[in-house]
Amino acid sequence: MQEKELTTKQRLRSIKKFNARKYRELKRLRRRRSVPVSEYTTQMADPNNLLEIDDLHTYFYTDIGTVKAIDGVTFQIPRGKTVGVVGESGCGKSVTSLSIMRILQEPQGQIASGAIRYNQLAQNRAIDLVKTPLKEMQKIRGGEISMIFQEPMTTLNPVFTIGKQLDEAIALHSKKMPKKEVAARSVEMLKLVGIANSEGVYKMYPHELSGGMRQRVVIAMALACNPNLIIADEPTTALDVTVQAQILDLLRSLKEKINASIMLITHDLGVVAEMADLVVVMYAGRIVEQGTVQDIFHRPMHPYTIGLMKSRPNFVESGDRLYSIPGNVPSPIDLPNYCFFRNRCSQCIAACDGAYPPLMAVSDTHKVACYLCENAQGKDGE
Amino acid sequence: MEEKNTVNTQHQAAIDELEKNQVILTPGQLVMRRFFRNKLAVIGVCILVFMILFCFIGPLFYPYSETELFYINEETGEQIRMYETEKLKTAILYTRAPMSAEHWLGTDDMGYDVLARLMYGGQISLMVGFVVVIVEMLIGVTLGGVAGYYGGKIDMIIMRLVEIFVSIPFIPLMLIISSLLISMKISPSVKIYYTMFIMGVIYWAGVARMIRGNILSLREMEYMQAAEAAGIRTSRKIFRHLVPNVMPLIIVMATMDLGGVILMESTMSYLGIGVSAPFASWGNMVSAVTNDAIMRNFLNIWVPPGLCILLTVLAFNFVGDGLRDAFDPRMKR
Amino acid sequence: MRQYIIRRILISLIVLLGVSIMLYTLIRLMPSDYVDMSTSSSINMTDEMRENIRALYGLDKGIVEGYIDWLGGIFRGDLGMSLMFRRPVVEVIGQYAPVTFTVAFIALVFQVLIAIPLGILAAKKQYSMTDYTIVTLVFIGISLPIFFFAAILKRIFGFYGLNLLPISGMLTARVNYDGFTFAKFLDYAKHLILPITCFVITGCGGLLRYTRTNMLEVLNADYIRTARAKGVPERTVIYSHAFRNTLIPIITIVGSTLPSLFSGAAITEGLFALEGLGNIALRASYMADVPYLMGFNMFIAVLTVAGFLISDILYAAADPRVRLS
Repeated sequence: MQEKELTTKQRLRSIKKFNARKYRELKRLRRRRSVPVSEYTTQMADPNNLLEIDDLHTYFYTDIGTVKAIDGVTFQIPRGKTVGVVGESGCGKSVTSLSIMRILQEPQGQIASGAIRYNQLAQNRAIDLVKTPLKEMQKIRGGEISMIFQEPMTTLNPVFTIGKQLDEAIALHSKKMPKKEVAARSVEMLKLVGIANSEGVYKMYPHELSGGMRQRVVIAMALACNPNLIIADEPTTALDVTVQAQILDLLRSLKEKINASIMLITHDLGVVAEMADLVVVMYAGRIVEQGTVQDIFHRPMHPYTIGLMKSRPNFVESGDRLYSIPGNVPSPIDLPNYCFFRNRCSQCIAACDGAYPPLMAVSDTHKVACYLCENAQGKDGE
Repeated sequence: MEEKNTVNTQHQAAIDELEKNQVILTPGQLVMRRFFRNKLAVIGVCILVFMILFCFIGPLFYPYSETELFYINEETGEQIRMYETEKLKTAILYTRAPMSAEHWLGTDDMGYDVLARLMYGGQISLMVGFVVVIVEMLIGVTLGGVAGYYGGKIDMIIMRLVEIFVSIPFIPLMLIISSLLISMKISPSVKIYYTMFIMGVIYWAGVARMIRGNILSLREMEYMQAAEAAGIRTSRKIFRHLVPNVMPLIIVMATMDLGGVILMESTMSYLGIGVSAPFASWGNMVSAVTNDAIMRNFLNIWVPPGLCILLTVLAFNFVGDGLRDAFDPRMKR
Repeated sequence: MRQYIIRRILISLIVLLGVSIMLYTLIRLMPSDYVDMSTSSSINMTDEMRENIRALYGLDKGIVEGYIDWLGGIFRGDLGMSLMFRRPVVEVIGQYAPVTFTVAFIALVFQVLIAIPLGILAAKKQYSMTDYTIVTLVFIGISLPIFFFAAILKRIFGFYGLNLLPISGMLTARVNYDGFTFAKFLDYAKHLILPITCFVITGCGGLLRYTRTNMLEVLNADYIRTARAKGVPERTVIYSHAFRNTLIPIITIVGSTLPSLFSGAAITEGLFALEGLGNIALRASYMADVPYLMGFNMFIAVLTVAGFLISDILYAAADPRVRLS
């Protein structure tokens, strides 16, 4: 009640003060010169995992309040597996990937708490990416964890040739390689992603290529250093369907070739079904359901997941209207302490008015955050 | 059925509550909010309000006029005003008076009250700014709009014209025009208006170029092509679709140019080719500084007008920049 | 490319033709000409004598005829005789241009050296105290009337203030230098400090703001994120990836700054009594020295047009997306 009576002005002022404090804290953190290695080394919970995201909170401190873009996300990426992250726009999928790479728009976007444990196989240690200093992070980015972005049209620097951008990615992570070899490797990578005229493309500028070609270049760039983890943020959304299939095939075969894990972010359930081993369904910055592909596609439990499945075009008979989940994702400022989906859910029960439901295990692999499934434990295995 | 209904109403109520908590603002309000969040822009607005009050309302409360000369009796030290004809016989011009209760900023080299001239000079400077900007905008927006909208030959001709105007060095040109005006024996009071008009005519080219570029890129936008495809009337296309989109640019440019024109006018007046005696302008007031004694000892004569120019131009720039940031959401935080 | 340049040069020539027609008409429209001005003090002058002098200077012809004469002279590389100096205009410009060029060039170099790094710094630290300070100072620089700023500088550093620097002229009076010695150079440099400061402070704001805005836009671009995701160090991200992209629009601005420095010289050189083209132009326009005024103004017009052309070509060189056609 007290808070309600604050005028807008006062509230804005207190937000500003709060943000300024947060920015200062971050600045102090970034200014530290040498961070001892012991500070960011850690232990993996399961050595078979490549990446473990543990209770990650990523907040954006904006002028109108703190946006909790990610609010307690926990999931694992096992070695050599593909994890699909699904959800509608603005649910925090991309922010998760930016958090892993630590390329959030600072100082507004910050990782507030949580850990991202990364199994640095080459050095036989595990580190917490959240605490890793920037210098160390730059070695990991592109080299061990690489990223494929959504918009092929704008992700390549327009003033550098394809070759220069590829060379840079390779040279950064293998400093001793002679220039000639780097160039040869770039051309080889271009060939690998199925660009026929690779020598020619090497000398071209991004604007001379089509969207599909550019996306191949981006993929080549991401794979150039044989990364352990590829984060693909909607790699095919901006492309047309035929190219989409080609790119996905390419990703899959390349993944096998270099034995990497993939974190595939998409809102296209078809792509997930085709590519992923494990699926994480996110809603408004939290995980609502996670499990294997079979779990999610054959036995979806959360009303949101069910809604997502129903709104896929190929699930309806022709002539029917496409199902759409009513309402929108709530604004992530001042999220209520009850299930965020409650207002859009058609199966609300009394318990839904209570606290936000925790992730409950339905089976060994399948977890759901919904009160409807509270008693469903074991049912999954039937 | 019953149950589902209650769920639905609950659901609806929740959505209502959600929407109630979100403040929905019109685009205009958003622009205003963004504008007033910018501290420099607010400072700019304050300076401008103060300047306008000072120049246009100030003279109503200030006892001296722009062209009133002040005298002093050298022996008694008694200050004499122009209408006291009796005492004038024994008096001399009260020039370079120090700052005092009678003359807050003293008097200048001619025996005029500096503060009074500061007010009237400001009137001129602000007026010149507004008139020139209106003239340049009228010509520039029309020609630039025509060039951008119709393209082809018309565009080609107008753009060459723009290039001609842009290539003429401004200050030397104004020097020539000013001596032209002087030799035509035009009285100083009329000369101001000529000068304003000529400046507007010369300045239009920059505006036209910006507007044309903007219109050209707008025409490429999908929604304009949609309007084209929908067969909307030309006038409607221009007034409903193009004008509202160009408006922010026009407003921002006009604000920024106001500062630029005032700066230019003051420079010209300083050189003696803009507003000339007996009329005051901030620029020609500063020109007293060419006298070494004034530069050295009578800062009260030349510093205040200079500061006025600086503050006013600064304010217009602050406001213009604030407006641009407010109109352009991409640049917001 | 070559075709484009040729076409552009042809268009530029048409534009210059337009400029010269306008200028010539305006200058000749002055009812009192050089002969009136220069002979008004001598009582012995008869109207007949004046007419003779006019004929000598070619001022007896009509505007159209005079213009054609002037234009004809251009093709012969002859800009006519300056009436004030009684020497060919080309010679006069050749004599006084070095001063103007030196000042303008040094000022431009300083402007670029100050504006671009500070602009990048401000963009890098957007919304920080540094950013606000830089932006506010830039605004003050843009808004400063140059004559007022010059007066303040003179008052502070000149004879009446700290007495550190000379406030006018090119060389200290009553000092004789044998040939060109280092001391003479130093004296020149000392005299040029204030004028160049004036130019730099009032002129670098536009470039700085432009750099900052562009840098901000570029820093938000997707390809910058890509570069970071590749593991490119922050310095390289800013000074190579982002800067190459901001450089393109900056080139355009710098290209158009040089001519404005020259036309600004008309004011600054007057303020500091430098013997340059601008200062003479100021006197020439009071005296209606038609050939000199035409020569000087066309000189600036050519610079302006060439500036546009060069910046367009550089633009194409820097941005692979632009294909000139």
